[in-house]
Amino acid sequence: MVSQIRPVCALILGFTLLTGLAIPLAFVGLGQVAFPFQAGGSLIQRNGRTFGSALIGQSFTSDKYFHARPSALMGTDPKDSAKQVATPYDASESGASNLAPAARALSERVTADLAKIGARDVPADMVTTSASGLDPDISPENAALQVERVARARGVPPDAVRAVVASHVAAPELGFVGAPRVNVLALNLALDEAGRGK
Amino acid sequence: MTLIGWAQIALVLALVFASAFPLGHYMAVLFSGGRTWLTPVLGPVERGFYRLAGIDPRRGMSWREYVFALILLNAVHFLVLYAMLRLQDVLPFNPQHVAAMSPRLAFNTAASFVTNTNWQAYVPESQISYGAQMFGLTVHNFLSAATGIAAAVAVVRAFAGSALATLGNFYVDLTRVTLYLLLPVSIVAGAVLLAAGVPETLSAYASATTLDGGSQTIAFGPVAFQEAIKEFGTNGGGFFNANSAHPFENPSALTNVLENWLLLAIPFALAIMLGHMVGEKRQGRSLFYAMAILLTLAIAGTYAAEAAGNPLLTHAGVNAGMGNMEGKDVRFGVALSSAFNTSATGTSTGAVDSFTDSYTPLGGLVPLFLMQLGEVTPGGVGSGLYTIVVFALLSVFVAGLMVGRTPEYLGKKVQAREIKLAMLAVLILTVFILGGAGLSLVLPNGVSSLSAAGPHGLSEMLYAWSSATENNGSAMAGLTADTRLLDYGLGFAMIFGRFAFMVPVLAIAGSLAAKPKLPPSAGTFPTTGPLFVGLLIGVIIILGGLQFMPADALGPMADHFALRAGHTF
Repeated sequence: MVSQIRPVCALILGFTLLTGLAIPLAFVGLGQVAFPFQAGGSLIQRNGRTFGSALIGQSFTSDKYFHARPSALMGTDPKDSAKQVATPYDASESGASNLAPAARALSERVTADLAKIGARDVPADMVTTSASGLDPDISPENAALQVERVARARGVPPDAVRAVVASHVAAPELGFVGAPRVNVLALNLALDEAGRGK
Repeated sequence: MTLIGWAQIALVLALVFASAFPLGHYMAVLFSGGRTWLTPVLGPVERGFYRLAGIDPRRGMSWREYVFALILLNAVHFLVLYAMLRLQDVLPFNPQHVAAMSPRLAFNTAASFVTNTNWQAYVPESQISYGAQMFGLTVHNFLSAATGIAAAVAVVRAFAGSALATLGNFYVDLTRVTLYLLLPVSIVAGAVLLAAGVPETLSAYASATTLDGGSQTIAFGPVAFQEAIKEFGTNGGGFFNANSAHPFENPSALTNVLENWLLLAIPFALAIMLGHMVGEKRQGRSLFYAMAILLTLAIAGTYAAEAAGNPLLTHAGVNAGMGNMEGKDVRFGVALSSAFNTSATGTSTGAVDSFTDSYTPLGGLVPLFLMQLGEVTPGGVGSGLYTIVVFALLSVFVAGLMVGRTPEYLGKKVQAREIKLAMLAVLILTVFILGGAGLSLVLPNGVSSLSAAGPHGLSEMLYAWSSATENNGSAMAGLTADTRLLDYGLGFAMIFGRFAFMVPVLAIAGSLAAKPKLPPSAGTFPTTGPLFVGLLIGVIIILGGLQFMPADALGPMADHFALRAGHTF
């Protein structure tokens, strides 16, 4: 028994130093040298302002922006710490609604959202909450349904908006892996830039 | 279902199946003490570990010594992690000033990581410091995976030799698998993930001013390297609450394919390794085929269920073309999500890239059932192989009963002692799964953890106890898991499920190792070929699965029929 204590403690210590300290720190160094953008969270910075991360979705409510998918994230109400309020796209946390398919709350939420959209046969990603609560993407069909609203709010012809959307549709990787998608933050940034160009 | 969806699933499985053969051969060389192409670099490191630890690598251990060393190392490591979590507020690398973890949550988390379960009752973003992620959880990801693989290798050695007194040296097996397999692959995969967008930083969380004028705090940390071993060691504990659904853990469909490969690679390769080590490659291949057939069918089942969408939402006016998208991210879609979650429950990984609580009832039944089968499709690293070997012993026993002969497996006579221990191992876990879930569903402080009403609530609790006892770690995450009942109850289920299974299996190994290896005779039931593969699959489903049928009928099946009838809860 006693003779086993040294190998056990030495192996735990050795592997903690190697796999828990030396290599993670080497990875941090590698990130800074070789992939500073990715290692730092793919942050989008312009003129000293951080707009967010290219990989993390954010909440858009204004009509002139394309809206992201509904997010199920909940957080503590800043006014009343006993209450939980919706905190969509709060990237200090992450998670899903975990509502069962037969949950009444799910059907009610989706029915209410569908009524607001006022269309039939809407793409599923438009009314369902994502897995991460931070989904950066929407489907091209979802974007297409929002073009008219965005164009009206910006006072530009829908075709101009449609062209920006088309240039932001990412095809599945290698042509077939994953789904076609539009990064909402990148799309909205591009719209703002196109607007300033005029 | 679409052709492209099937093509994505086929890509994942093809990569896994193709890599199993070279990887299995590599592991056979590794555990036979042979030289690998990494020996020139890692040989000195390996010898350094032995000198530091005072280990004589040539000294073999009896099965009792092997079990003792394994349990002692894991017990000490459990205490180390518990202490780290309780002290994380004062340990280095804590820019977010995360507080010390509560005793019961630290117990649950330490039990979870030492058993390779990685059940997440905690919220990582706010409850685990960068330091505890690195020198706590990451190290456990390596050593709990290495422990499982070492135990599997010891079991294989019992079949490989004749009249053996020892099963190998636990410390050497643990060191070699970590240095020569887990570490190099994790470094390469971690670097690929880093390049693809997975962060690796020690800075405090970033703040952004969103385009719409709001503010956003963005959590990240030293993720990339931990993400790689989390999948490759079939651990599954996420750096973030959303696990592999979080864009920082899994930024694209291609990283999703990589992570899916990582979590399936070793369990399938171990079956091939068995064939090399017992000197008859066909024996390994028949276990491999049984695993591959079951997993492929399971993924197809989940995908079919999820692609059909939620009938209630379709009826309300949602286009069914994308499938059931509640709890799924757009970049993966339904096919890759189904493949990932099914793979992660067919192994003991338990990582998720989409949320099982929101899966259709049948889409959620498949992952639940794979866990209940005992994690053999292909199972966790190591645990999958030694569990399917137990099922193989039971299969030759059943075949032996039918023809009236003493069963043999891989040249070893299988007698009453082995069969009793095998049945003990298979049945003992059921006590915890059904007993624990049943008890939690009658105790008021268990029922209050449920998020869903109706049969889905039963599914949530059954899923939690199946996941903990089978050391999977995935959840129907609507369940409130950080309660006194579930922190302690599931914590003990994890420890019991890991070691109360592993010890009888190593006892079988010790008993078989001592027996002479017999050449096959005319009366030997062949354990290769389609007949045996079919028998093995039958035994896995009947012995492993049938005991859970009543519970599964009341949970997911009832849920399915209620949903089809348009009931909501």
